[in-house]
Amino acid sequence: MSGGVDSSVAAALLVEELGRDQVVGATLKLWGGASDSGCCSVADVEDARRVADQLGVVHHVFNFTAEFEARVVAPYVDGHAVGRTPNPCIECNRHLKFDRLFDRAWSLGFDAVATGHHARRATTEAGRHRLIRGADPLKDQSYVLAMLGQDQLARSLFPVGRLTKAEVRQEATRLGLRTALKPDSQDVCFIRSDEGRDGFLGDRLPLHDGRLIDDATGEDLGPVPAVELVTVGQRRGMGHGDDGRRRYVTAVDVPARRVRIGTPEAANASGVELHTVTWVDDDPTRIDASPECSAIAQCSAHGRPVACTVRRDGSGGLSVRFATPQRRIAPGQTVALYDPVDPEAVIGSGIAA
Amino acid sequence: MRAYLDHAATTPMRPDAVEAMLPYLTGADSFGNPSGSHRESRRARLAVDDAREQIAELLGADLGEVVFTGGGTEADNLAVAGVLGGLGARGGPIVCSAMEHHAVLNACRAAVEPGRGELREVGSDPAGRVDLDRLAAACTADVRLVSVMAVNNEIGTIQPLDAVSRLVRAQAPGAVLHTDAVQAVPWLAMAPITASVDLLALSAHKFGGPKGVGALVVRHGVAIEPVARGGGQERDRRSGTPNVAGIVAMAAALSATVAERTETTARVTGLRNRLLDGLLASVEGAEESGDRAHKVPGHAHLCFTGVESEAMVVLLDEAGVAASAGAACSSGAVEPSHVLLAMGLDKQAASTGVRFSLGTTSTDADVDRVLAVVPGLVAGLRN
Repeated sequence: MSGGVDSSVAAALLVEELGRDQVVGATLKLWGGASDSGCCSVADVEDARRVADQLGVVHHVFNFTAEFEARVVAPYVDGHAVGRTPNPCIECNRHLKFDRLFDRAWSLGFDAVATGHHARRATTEAGRHRLIRGADPLKDQSYVLAMLGQDQLARSLFPVGRLTKAEVRQEATRLGLRTALKPDSQDVCFIRSDEGRDGFLGDRLPLHDGRLIDDATGEDLGPVPAVELVTVGQRRGMGHGDDGRRRYVTAVDVPARRVRIGTPEAANASGVELHTVTWVDDDPTRIDASPECSAIAQCSAHGRPVACTVRRDGSGGLSVRFATPQRRIAPGQTVALYDPVDPEAVIGSGIAA
Repeated sequence: MRAYLDHAATTPMRPDAVEAMLPYLTGADSFGNPSGSHRESRRARLAVDDAREQIAELLGADLGEVVFTGGGTEADNLAVAGVLGGLGARGGPIVCSAMEHHAVLNACRAAVEPGRGELREVGSDPAGRVDLDRLAAACTADVRLVSVMAVNNEIGTIQPLDAVSRLVRAQAPGAVLHTDAVQAVPWLAMAPITASVDLLALSAHKFGGPKGVGALVVRHGVAIEPVARGGGQERDRRSGTPNVAGIVAMAAALSATVAERTETTARVTGLRNRLLDGLLASVEGAEESGDRAHKVPGHAHLCFTGVESEAMVVLLDEAGVAASAGAACSSGAVEPSHVLLAMGLDKQAASTGVRFSLGTTSTDADVDRVLAVVPGLVAGLRN
């Protein structure tokens, strides 16, 4: 229970379904530093506790700040130092919510962990679990859960996944929950809006000025501040070319302090190589049955799904070819793969090399 | 029946203390503001004066040395900020033990915000007592304030205040010596402690009094700048209408606590030893923190290797045992113990500490329950 409306309603639905003696609320204290609200402020813990009180369930706060620092924040900072931009929400889900919290829930004797994510779990007759997009296409969070596997899904519940956001708020209002009108959380929970990503990273990384290089000609186009803060695909601050068209970042070489920029076409890629590959089902028959597997790729939280083919690269990774060229995927970003036959269902994920 | 073993966090109020405070809450002729000049005020003022005299005597202090505050944290803050005044630590370095309660630690840290002087935090020996060699090195002649607690709140070790006092007087004669004695009152003779320091903080709810009232003993001649300014109550050292009923109840609780101390100490020592020895014998990988020979009777603190205390206290609670893991922060989450870190444990080990703290209301049945449930819970969590 983050203190937001989704997890509040998730708890309420569970209590309705299972009874209050079967449910315990838990809030994770993840970030020790300052935040706008994120998941960690005392005010949000208070909201979560008041909702739990109202629902008549016990509420605990678990302090996972050390793991959050080690597994989410430090890799986020270190990634930028070498030109990678990891997705902290996904790493938090991977290492904290669906690992550390699962272990804790286990040791306390619980059967499952429910979260307020907008996603759905479906179970086949054979007992295999599937991960399905949330019912509200605008709030669907299957992308940030795409790294879940059978073990985790077997013990996961997403009670609000079948509702739209409007229905979640209606339900919260109907139940008189204090979080009913609380605004949705935005952006990265450990970065304050007044400092922004650049301020946060600037306090933790030595930033270096670099050179802008024309992707087509290799020409040096002038200086660029803080290469660590430049992301592949970025348009902001890159100006226009001689042809009057906007320029995009096509590559960032932090050690060499070089940022290559080019035309929109040059900023596109026909595919992406993935490592840290996960499968929702342990047995991705489709990909093993044929060397070339078609799938649907989604490259950001609310990115447009795009048809692709997926091929094992022989060393544990995946090679993804898009049906039509896509804006380059920044190294470190997660690509979620969906089932071409059932585009609502996640089949796996990987991290862009 | 639940087993309440968190007396170091707070104690239930003693019935005689509740009884004592009632007239000053609702009594028609005694609810007054002690600063006024009519009969209702005089009654209230008399009660505060009586309580002050009683508390001073029980602590071995003079009547004029007792300043009532809104609890132990406020007393500690008044001690630190009051001594340093507007200058912060710029007037000379400050020294504190690294195992101080956060009420002292964070007050000291706030006094040395960037550019405002130096704070020297002195670690502990493995037994859980402030390291006197390191303290000696830290106490240079220009030190302005030294703070070493009387009894550590987490593991219960009695700090060598006598030696600390001699050391400070010899090496830093200009320094003010403060002690947070919040955990000492139920267990130790207070007069020798009071005699060895310049400032001493206490909190009523740790010995059967109400929450939200405490005191700072300020030795005559030690100048204290007020933190709360206003009507100049408490001889200009702590403004604000005194918590009359709370102060009266604190005096009653202290009086009863001191009167029963010998008996309580003997009885609780027996219970505590049975609890500790039982757990050490029945739980593999259980280790007592600190040296029992230097602990107050109420504290039993153990580390269960490989068992996260945050999970342990949740399961203990479900099994009917109220215990604690380290210090709870404002959100209710458990922080790795800074006390165990100060004793040289690593972060992981410092997250395995569980404190069972006993008090006047503790019974054999409480101990029996702990001994019955803990081995199973530890085994379950290790699986």
